[in-house]
Amino acid sequence: MTKKILILLLILIPIKANALIEVDITRGNLNPLPLAVSPLSIDEESRKGFEKILKKENIGSEISNIVENNLRTSGLFNPLDKKAFLQAPDIANLKPRFEDWNLIKAQALITGKVNYVDDKLRVEFRLWDVLAAKEMMALAFTTVPNNWRRVGHIISDKVYERLTGEKGYFDTRIIYVSEEGPKTQRIKKLAIMDQDGANNKFLTLGNELVLTPRFNPASQMVTYLSYFKNMPRVYLLDIETGTQEVVGDFPGMTFAPRFSPDGKKIIMSFAKDGKSDIYTMDLENRIVEKITNHPSIDTSPSYSPDGKYITFNSDRSGYQQIYVMKNDGSDVKRISFGNGLYGTPVWSPRGDLIAFTKLHKGKFYIGVMRTDGSGERLLTENYYQEAPSWSPNGRVLIFYRETKTNSKGEGFTAKLWSIDLTGYNERQIKTPTDASDPSWSSLLSN
Amino acid sequence: MRLNKILKNTLLVLTACLVLSACATKKEVATDIQGQMQGDVYTGTDTVEYLADGVPDRVFFATNESILTTASRETLRAQAAWLRKNPSINVVLEGHADERGTREYNLALGERRANAAKDYLMTYGISSDRITVLSYGKERPVDSGSNPLAWSKNRRSVTVKAN
Repeated sequence: MTKKILILLLILIPIKANALIEVDITRGNLNPLPLAVSPLSIDEESRKGFEKILKKENIGSEISNIVENNLRTSGLFNPLDKKAFLQAPDIANLKPRFEDWNLIKAQALITGKVNYVDDKLRVEFRLWDVLAAKEMMALAFTTVPNNWRRVGHIISDKVYERLTGEKGYFDTRIIYVSEEGPKTQRIKKLAIMDQDGANNKFLTLGNELVLTPRFNPASQMVTYLSYFKNMPRVYLLDIETGTQEVVGDFPGMTFAPRFSPDGKKIIMSFAKDGKSDIYTMDLENRIVEKITNHPSIDTSPSYSPDGKYITFNSDRSGYQQIYVMKNDGSDVKRISFGNGLYGTPVWSPRGDLIAFTKLHKGKFYIGVMRTDGSGERLLTENYYQEAPSWSPNGRVLIFYRETKTNSKGEGFTAKLWSIDLTGYNERQIKTPTDASDPSWSSLLSN
Repeated sequence: MRLNKILKNTLLVLTACLVLSACATKKEVATDIQGQMQGDVYTGTDTVEYLADGVPDRVFFATNESILTTASRETLRAQAAWLRKNPSINVVLEGHADERGTREYNLALGERRANAAKDYLMTYGISSDRITVLSYGKERPVDSGSNPLAWSKNRRSVTVKAN
């Protein structure tokens, strides 16, 4: 329903200016780019119109706050304090006085305007290069007023893309498992929220255990594990309609599901007689294929973005290690050879890296390696953390971490965290309850 | 803390001894916490429940292992004898792992542990029709602690009556 609502109605001035500003996101960015997000200007009539519908006093400021927050949390930008701004929002949007913005050391400036037109929200924004005194980009959107947060995310994505040369990841959602109660009787529910933690919604009631939800990269479908009727099985959930169905007809536990990159297949493990093998099921014709056939535990499969390869976790060497094979199960190669155990491999949407969880000497690490196993880099170390999931642009990982709530090591709390591929910019993502097993959606609008 | 735990254990075992006509666990009374593990396999009775007199409901495993220890095989032989005497009873074998592993691997490991118990029951004449295997991975620990003893109690396969 919501995914098609936002229509990009017109592109005002598509510009390919030679920008002086450029943000390099391939290495840890210790000097985030200073930029000014001027509040979107709004006339009094429009302001009142939106206040009535959205219960927000000034929707222009609210949208620019979203942009500011997104850009700040990316770690690549340093939005400057609005109190230092010299130029009023409406005038800045017409013609910025670049000397004023230069004075407060802003290198880029975002301005814009909000209008209430025919019960719709019309937003235009501009990105300016302050040093070159040039407009870099100008876009306008028209949508239903309720989509105002998404407008903020889309503006953030456009700015990110224009300044870094790579797609953004702000107009996205996270599906995860909400956790409550004592460890011995933990209650788990599927939950979904915007990438910035807003619009949190619970999708199941907590009557049965649910684990490992994952987005379809091609749509807003989700696959996950549910203990419905005490039978652990892989399910498919349409988050727009709420429809659920069990995947396949297996005489035992199916688990560790993920979609193929085109969204047409589910790949998962099926456990029987003490061995777990990897299977796929085609969602159109329901044909099930067995991909691995080994007495070991083969689990946590994840496709390469071109669909030609699969990385997975196996203990066929004696302990948990990461393997890569062709999508028909042939040509199995072990790729992890460092000290410790390796699990939860996930192929980057860019194709070049595999993220994983590593256990070594009582510590858990989130790391990345090249797809041939070379260049292993550990990004973060903790007492317990696992299950990395990639942002759609392959620049950020989200995972979950359990920390002890007191110094005696008693009690615990589980939270979602994100970290840049560079190992910098680690931050917690706020959730109303404890949380685990995050999965990042693809961009809702392209 | 530790004294408390010892007292609690002793009390539990004593209660168990009072209830049971044949007290198979008498020697545990004298052991301390260290004595509750052999290697890293739990040998205590803190969490153990009984399907019938002298028939413990669970077996324990070493880290990352699904091999049955001598004590586990003894427990499972007692379960098999009890199941043979009660042919109308079916069971679910619930396999579990400790928290020191990744979730999906642990689901598979729990399944493998429960199957090790199932295989052993089958070699003692119990039909596979009477046994269902269910893995909880690390989702349902009995001990919420984060220490080697707690983890050893959680690496288990528990035989539960299904009817």
